[in-house]
Amino acid sequence: MSKKVPKQEYEKTLSFRLQQWFEGSKDPYLGNVEMRPQEEFIEDDDAVLMRDMERKRRKERVYDLANNWEVSGFEKLYKIFSACFCVFLVVMLLIAVSYLPSYGHAENPVNNEVSERYIEKGLEETGAVNIVTGMILDYRAFDTLGESHVLFIATCTVLILLRKDKKKDENGNSIEVSDRIYEPKDDVILQTAARILVPPIIIFGIYVILGGHLGPGGGFSGGAIIGAGLILYLNAFGFRKTERFFTEKTYKTLSVCALGCYCLAKSYSFYTGANHIESVIPLGMPGAILSSGLILVLNICVGIVVAGTMYTFYVMFRKGGY
Amino acid sequence: MQIFTNILLGFLIICAIAASLSKNLLNTILIFMSYSLVMSIIWILLESPDLAITEAAVGAGVTSVLFFVTLKKIRAMVKTEQEKGEEKHE
Repeated sequence: MSKKVPKQEYEKTLSFRLQQWFEGSKDPYLGNVEMRPQEEFIEDDDAVLMRDMERKRRKERVYDLANNWEVSGFEKLYKIFSACFCVFLVVMLLIAVSYLPSYGHAENPVNNEVSERYIEKGLEETGAVNIVTGMILDYRAFDTLGESHVLFIATCTVLILLRKDKKKDENGNSIEVSDRIYEPKDDVILQTAARILVPPIIIFGIYVILGGHLGPGGGFSGGAIIGAGLILYLNAFGFRKTERFFTEKTYKTLSVCALGCYCLAKSYSFYTGANHIESVIPLGMPGAILSSGLILVLNICVGIVVAGTMYTFYVMFRKGGY
Repeated sequence: MQIFTNILLGFLIICAIAASLSKNLLNTILIFMSYSLVMSIIWILLESPDLAITEAAVGAGVTSVLFFVTLKKIRAMVKTEQEKGEEKHE
């Protein structure tokens, strides 16, 4: 049991003062130091002149490269040392590369039981003809989920950094100049080219996404192609046309829905896999468009996120907001 | 085929050096674009068409467009008065 000390006595102890100092409730200078308001510093013209001359002379002395051997020597040494450092780095990296196993050799450490399993059982277990997609979206779907989130977070950061300032000056005009003034004004060549090119580009992107488990392609590449098509359309026809179907709200809804769908689908397959429950989703015939279980759904989700991200990046760079 | 691959690899090195040595930022982006295109052909030769599609779409397409927009934003694509004068002089 601690001894109860009266308050007056406690205030004399070191611990009380320490606590006071720590909390900042007591200014140690108050009452101990004589305080006076600071005098304004007024410099006479002679002193200013003297100081300027002194500075100029010093500058001349320092940057007089012909006579100042320290500076000129340093500059020479700097060049020599930077060249030496570059050569050293290149040699180090080349030596490191020379220790890597040669490309395509059968006894490389890459060719272990993991890749063996992917190649032998991949089609059987994932139902995807394209082993790469089977690997990315089935065995390593968790990594792909992280990648999609990285893209989403990158867009959020760009949204924060490049958002247009909404502050207005006295006349009610926004402070930052809108980029819309520099928009192309009905460029005939660009519009005709876009009219011909944009539909095939977007259809090709959809094909790449939907055929991800059958041939080369997948959500990421297909999404990037669709995003590029949307950017071309935007460039040709301006923001007014694209705003009819793609605004910030559309982007947010689409990405959140796609990411949530991805999370749910993958949680389901993780849950069933970890608990050795038979999944109800059939793998289907390998080679058919509706096959390979969840891979098609996951591909579509990734494609939506990537396409939206690419388009949003461009829009944010162009005018900082939809 | 081996010779073709070697030519492309040599082109990659030339592009990488040229992009870092080029004084004009617009030229640097164009060189970077061609680097990505050659890289996508090399991916096909290495039998990974998935990566080739992605490289062509992202590396040569979207990234370069973003670079162009950035250059436009920082007004680096606008010619200075001095350069315009030099052109007239020529």
